[in-house]
Amino acid sequence: MPQMSMIEAIRDAMDVKMGQDDDVVVYGEDVGYFGGVFRCTHGLQKKYGKHRVFDSPINESGIVGTAIGMGAYGLRPCIEIQFADYIYPAYDQIVSEAARLRYRSNKDFIAPLTIRTPCGGGIFGGQTHSQSPESLFTHVAGIKTVIPSNPYDAKGLLIAAIEDNDPVIFFEPKRLYNGPFDGHHDRPASNWSKHPLGDVPEGHYTVPIGKASVFSEGSDVTILTYGTMVYVAEAAKKETGIDAEIIDLRSLMPLDVDTIVESVSKTGRCMVLHEATQTSGFGAELAAQVQERCFYNLESPVVRVCGWDTPYPHAQEWDYFPGPGRVGKELKAMMEAE
Amino acid sequence: MSEYKPLKFHVPEPTGRPGDEPDFSGVIIPEAGSVRRPSIDTHAADMKELASTMVRVLNKDGEAVGPWAEGLDDDILVQGLKNMIRVRAYDERMMTLQRQGKTSFYMKCTGEEAIAVGFRAAMQKGDMNFPTYRQQGLLLSTDYPVVDMICQILSNSRDPLKGRQLPIMYSSKEHGFFSISGNLGTQFIQAVGWAMASAIKGDTKIAAGWIGDGSTAETDFHAALVNASVYKPPVVLNIVNNQWAISSFRGIAGGDHATFAERALGYDFPALRVDGNDFLAVYAASKWAVERARRGFGPTLIEWVTYRVAPHSTSDDPSQYRPKEESSAWPLGDPILRLKNHLIKRDLWSEERQTQTEAQYNDEIRAATKEAESYGVMGSGASPKDMFDDVYEEMPPHLREQRQKLGV
Repeated sequence: MPQMSMIEAIRDAMDVKMGQDDDVVVYGEDVGYFGGVFRCTHGLQKKYGKHRVFDSPINESGIVGTAIGMGAYGLRPCIEIQFADYIYPAYDQIVSEAARLRYRSNKDFIAPLTIRTPCGGGIFGGQTHSQSPESLFTHVAGIKTVIPSNPYDAKGLLIAAIEDNDPVIFFEPKRLYNGPFDGHHDRPASNWSKHPLGDVPEGHYTVPIGKASVFSEGSDVTILTYGTMVYVAEAAKKETGIDAEIIDLRSLMPLDVDTIVESVSKTGRCMVLHEATQTSGFGAELAAQVQERCFYNLESPVVRVCGWDTPYPHAQEWDYFPGPGRVGKELKAMMEAE
Repeated sequence: MSEYKPLKFHVPEPTGRPGDEPDFSGVIIPEAGSVRRPSIDTHAADMKELASTMVRVLNKDGEAVGPWAEGLDDDILVQGLKNMIRVRAYDERMMTLQRQGKTSFYMKCTGEEAIAVGFRAAMQKGDMNFPTYRQQGLLLSTDYPVVDMICQILSNSRDPLKGRQLPIMYSSKEHGFFSISGNLGTQFIQAVGWAMASAIKGDTKIAAGWIGDGSTAETDFHAALVNASVYKPPVVLNIVNNQWAISSFRGIAGGDHATFAERALGYDFPALRVDGNDFLAVYAASKWAVERARRGFGPTLIEWVTYRVAPHSTSDDPSQYRPKEESSAWPLGDPILRLKNHLIKRDLWSEERQTQTEAQYNDEIRAATKEAESYGVMGSGASPKDMFDDVYEEMPPHLREQRQKLGV
């Protein structure tokens, strides 16, 4: 089976869909000739032509706004916002337009767009290249929000997103582009080729949107997480010896509540872990879901481990980042709680 | 001591407020027929003055003069007059519905009828408009069922949008009318995207974006112009400059001294500034820009100079912020009256036909209203079950759960 990095898997997903469907177009800042600042679209312009893969002006509301128009025409745009930190100028187009078009027009028009955008920190990107704004989108009715944690899921979810007739925000944890990252920034980085999830089948397959996966089974505590934090959770599990069940949510909206409930009902404890700031973050929704559905199974309060409620700092990145040390400490405290 | 005087903060003011005499002395109106008509492949740099002057066809005597008067089909002019009369009849009736408490909201386009009706006459089936809330004339110029329009306004059981949208936010893909958002300016860039798609697919369809003078201040206006400039898609970008954005005059959008049309020049595509109350000028300019787009010569920005005779909406009272007599003092007159006089002068129309047509459309709209009311008024007949459908193509579990909680 081919070995791919997440970048290659994402590129392969677009390649597969562009090869199958002439209505798929790909564009964004630096996406065309150059192939994207993270190289996710490298070679696609050469293969499919400038009319299907092209550079856009530095104009995020224009990138999304034109994609909505193209979707209304009948195309299936897969667009890139260079960093999730740059998505805010397009927020009105996403929230007030793409998300509501099907509903407000009673299916007369739809917005079948995929908005790919690299998110998360761990690359010394400072506040404008590190944010995780997923909860700003999960709060909006009418859009789907997904975030893969490995090359296999990235390709399958991206193909599913492009084929989806609703707008999908596709977050790409940029720290995972080239390999899994356990949060120990001072240790050598590993590569996807050494990881089983770097095995990516050729051709077309999908990973369904709305289904979580059990990344690592366990019986002591459930960790609900996604993206980069999946590997941080795994590192904390190993380092503490606490038998955590790690759920990789993959899809935040729709959310796979059944998998969450099943796991928490089994373990009786739940940690919510994400890199985004804590207050009103997606973890608040997860904690509420667990409280509503698993209260009588809980042996200790639901704990949130998240980014601090500060802007994403530059030099203090590893103090901000909820690494395995912090996760492990909270896990131990949870297990001691009566 | 500093050599500089304290700076002063500038806030533009209109020429008149309530209690003042209307003053349109600053509105420069060139003679009808005085503006040249370049060929449709003319480069923006070679027709700059058309963004600053005003294309006009009908002169004071109701005659069609000048290069823009050529090649206008008489049947389209007559049909245009009928459609404008229909739009006005519709507006008046819907206003009454609102006053009767049968709908929560309405917006008239009185005085601006020529723009949507004239532009629609230049389009073909398959083209797409991205309208604002004051282009009902685009839909009323087609065979879209007027009963369905009224049902949308009444949010009743036959509302094509199932009660989900504010009254007047129609949608009809089949009739080239993109779903109205109500978020100002957003649709301008979407029109550019639709036109880009047409070019990507090698199609021959064109798109038209619509925006008001006030909303040109939105960032999406720039987004539309820069993307139109870069990709040169087949799109006509229409600015309806009706002088007022609720209570803010055009100067608050930066349009007091520079024209809105001139903004296209910095983006290297042509602009026309047109007398929006002159149906012949509207139709001629629309034909020019639509043909330019369809022949692959790229986008055009058109500023339609008009006046918002009506309040912004049924929730607005213009007497609070502008001179009472301003609309009757508007120097470009009434579009229906001007076209009517022209057609009568040419024996294509008569006072009798005018009266008959007004009565005919009043009857049509009254009958349609009666039929629409039989499906419910003011939201009655809209089902709470419809609230949960079509948020997504397939209803996700959390919405199914919420619908069950509501018990529908």
